[in-house]
Amino acid sequence: MTATNPHLTDPEAGSSAPGGLVKSVVELDRVVIRLAGDSGDGMQLTGNRFTSETASFGNDLSTLPNFPAEIRAPTGTLPGVSSFQLHFADHDIMTPGDAPDVLVAMNPAALKANLADLPGGGLLIVDSDEFTPRNLAKVGYATSPLEDGSLEGWQTVAVPLTSMTLDALTGSGLGKKEAERSKNMFTLGLLSWMYHRPTEGTIRFLERQFRRKPEIAAANIAAFRAGYNYGETTEAFAVSYEIKPAPMAPGRYRNISGNQALALGLVAAGQRAGLPLFLGAYPITPASDILHELSKHKAFGVRTFQAEDEIAGVAAAIGASFGGALGVTTTSGPGISLKSEAIGLAVMTELPLLVVDVQRGGPSTGLPTKTEQSDLLQAMFGRNGEAPLPVIAPRSPGDCFDAALEAARIALTYRTPVILLSDGYLANGAEPWAVPAADALPDLTGAVGFATEPNGADGEFLPYLRDPETLARPWAIPGTAGMQHRIGGLEKADKTGNISYDPANHDLMTRLRQAKVDGIAASLPPTEVDDPDGDATVAVIGWGSTYGPIGAACRRIRRSGRSVAQLHLRHLNPMPADLGDILARYERVICPEMNLGQLALLLRAKFLIDVVSHTQVRGLPFRAAELAAVIQDVIDSTSGTPLAADPTGGAE
Amino acid sequence: MSTIDLGMPADGPIADAISASVTAQGEKQTALKAKDFKTDQEVRWCPGCGDYVILNAVQSFLPSLGIAREDMVIVSGIGCSSRFPYYMNTYGMHSIHGRAPAIATGLAASRPDLSVWVVTGDGDALSIGGNHLIHALRRNVNMTILLFNNRIYGLTKGQYSPTSEVGKVTKSTPMGSLDHPFNPVSLALGADATFVGRAMDSDRKGLTDVLRQAAEHQGTALVEIYQNCNIFNDGAFDLLKDPATGPQWTIPLEHGKPLVFGPEGASCVVRDEFGGLRIAETSQVDATEIVVHDATREDPSYAFALSRLSSQDLRYTPMGVFRAVQKPTYEAMMAEQLHAAGTGSPADLDALLAGGDTWTVQG
Repeated sequence: MTATNPHLTDPEAGSSAPGGLVKSVVELDRVVIRLAGDSGDGMQLTGNRFTSETASFGNDLSTLPNFPAEIRAPTGTLPGVSSFQLHFADHDIMTPGDAPDVLVAMNPAALKANLADLPGGGLLIVDSDEFTPRNLAKVGYATSPLEDGSLEGWQTVAVPLTSMTLDALTGSGLGKKEAERSKNMFTLGLLSWMYHRPTEGTIRFLERQFRRKPEIAAANIAAFRAGYNYGETTEAFAVSYEIKPAPMAPGRYRNISGNQALALGLVAAGQRAGLPLFLGAYPITPASDILHELSKHKAFGVRTFQAEDEIAGVAAAIGASFGGALGVTTTSGPGISLKSEAIGLAVMTELPLLVVDVQRGGPSTGLPTKTEQSDLLQAMFGRNGEAPLPVIAPRSPGDCFDAALEAARIALTYRTPVILLSDGYLANGAEPWAVPAADALPDLTGAVGFATEPNGADGEFLPYLRDPETLARPWAIPGTAGMQHRIGGLEKADKTGNISYDPANHDLMTRLRQAKVDGIAASLPPTEVDDPDGDATVAVIGWGSTYGPIGAACRRIRRSGRSVAQLHLRHLNPMPADLGDILARYERVICPEMNLGQLALLLRAKFLIDVVSHTQVRGLPFRAAELAAVIQDVIDSTSGTPLAADPTGGAE
Repeated sequence: MSTIDLGMPADGPIADAISASVTAQGEKQTALKAKDFKTDQEVRWCPGCGDYVILNAVQSFLPSLGIAREDMVIVSGIGCSSRFPYYMNTYGMHSIHGRAPAIATGLAASRPDLSVWVVTGDGDALSIGGNHLIHALRRNVNMTILLFNNRIYGLTKGQYSPTSEVGKVTKSTPMGSLDHPFNPVSLALGADATFVGRAMDSDRKGLTDVLRQAAEHQGTALVEIYQNCNIFNDGAFDLLKDPATGPQWTIPLEHGKPLVFGPEGASCVVRDEFGGLRIAETSQVDATEIVVHDATREDPSYAFALSRLSSQDLRYTPMGVFRAVQKPTYEAMMAEQLHAAGTGSPADLDALLAGGDTWTVQG
């Protein structure tokens, strides 16, 4: 977005709307809209519907839902404010946007909580009906900002959204309270008009959603249409905006959230391995949606088990893996803490197991609905003893699908638990996703290879006789005749797997377990370095959900005439074999993280390089502008010449 | 084992592995002897431990079930009893403290074709693993849980356990323990367990009888086995074992038989005025007042009342099967849901990945 807000641009081309009003259409390359309201106002639903409309229209998009942990905080208060930010564009974008261009505030609390993020001159739409003395007092407004001139710096449009919704639903048979609930659909209708969104999908959605309550479906559709028509006829909005579809590689696309993609990736992994998928999980924010999604896919032989606690969730998954299923457990940080001992059992018994940690703010209960990347060191080291295991992380919502398949490949091939680190931002954020063809997905059947014949010299089965290449032990499942064996948490004798307290054996087994995990690096592709100019002296390295903001920041730096390299780690343990050499090529390496420097600590320890650690733990993703400033400072400190300002004002 | 459709994948790697091994070995071997269930591992319990007796009893009666060794899995937690799987030539997992019922639940739910056993102790099952135990019981997962109760922590060398009597003097309770003990049978019945039994380690016949019924039960079966720890809690069950006192304080439970016990049948069980049960002198009551044991009662209150007859000093301890009722098992219901889902909409991965709303970008 340029310094001049296009929403204020004078209409150039006029068109005639019903009623003879002259309306104009302005073309934009990108917009960031934030919808904010009370938790009960349905902002997440509205945002998701607008996202679906936008996705089906063909824009590239990125979303940032942001909601309180309380299901219903007191109405109209600051803690109860829920928001949904959507960035969509006619080109490829990487983040949900640093700041909104348009803020829709459904009440004074939503205004107060979000106004500071709206740059001067931005478009502000408020529901004027909600600016009552009582609601104003709840959030400490002495006078109404709609009347006291405090909103003069923004283009404010006060719309009586609630009363217009009620008017539209006169005769619907609904009571006032029920009818008022449709004001989010009225708002969605207005925005749909404003941004030329297709409306059929929302109407279909409402019909489907309320098929058992046709009067509610009808009311919502009526409110939605009324909002759309209001936009078309009102003088309050003289301009509507067009954002052309983004050029994308040919193919079939859908909109997908990280948790959805992860769940589908798990189903696909089971299918591609030929194994039944077993999920043991305990409900926890923000991971529960994976449990919900997987529980719908029983037709694929997916067994979901809602356990009595986090420990039972992972324990059941280990039991299922022992029986030959692809065992999975999903959770968030506090759950990983509880599962630690059982994950250690999976390390010791060397069974395939997928552990999904959708990270949130910590420690303890922390910030259940906010994102953070602070479980990396817990994933790496948070178990008693030397208990190495592979750790991988997806970089975007859609990438959660591929990460799940990769986690399954490693777990099955190497007979090991794998921790997959997603986070709250990836989990709830959404983006367009190119739907892959099922038969083009990695074939995992070769990684399964159940042992069916004794492997010992005298016809005995040796459960810890390793594959010389992968160091994986044989996976012999109950029901296989002649292969009966016992495994467990006590130290195993090499090859036989019998209990052993022998000092030399423990030393050997500890090193073998480490060597097995380290050896996974041999199966990884070379590290990709994104340095289009090829002459960067500064590299930015990240992992997980910071990919988008880091990428957007790097684009800004390059547009201002400087070079910067971007590396993003999918594999945190083991790290790619070439990583040390690559990092050594750069004068400075910057590592932005949503923790206090956990990857930086690992990189310093592993490669003895002086990583510049840049961190924040605000529960929200990085802003690209903030990262660009950090990168710029580091480049300046190495090469001396100050950079020119970004002429685009921060496009991606 | 059952021959009904258990929702197992009929093809794929699991089925292939099992059929390959069966082909290599010929038919499944089910005509077995006790020695076939022994392993080459040296049994490492203390000499004189009640665990030996239980191990022998289990190995001796298993052949009569007609289950192939490879179809049996024994999962244990931590504690002396949890070493059990190492001595059994079946599949086994010696897992972590308290979690065996949860591990077994995942295994049984995903492999209904297996005979799944849990071996646990009073500390393992009732303290650290209490949560998993009650939830396995309420779900009615098809597994047999053997709870070795020696009323002490043995492996950690003698602290009081959740079944130790109040006032127990141990290393961690020099002035006597303050905790009121669990009655494991009452606890299991409170969780609506479909099969609950109790047996004595030294009573080979009684133990085998309860174990067989438990093994044949479809659903979660809990058997509390009184087991003597001769090192840290020796003689804990002597009141019941001693021929001089045992008959007086033991109430043998036999389905369909009146609850008469004690020397010359001097004592019996009758109903009390609050709907519970009480002990009476047989000579003082009418024969029709004596309760006839019925383990199949749907309502667990009767079995619970039976379990409350005994005090923590073991007087009036019922031994045998308290409750054995039929309810659908967790894995059978899960298999049914999977089957129903598969019938409704055949699994099409491409359709799943595409979801409801897609758009196409032309090249």
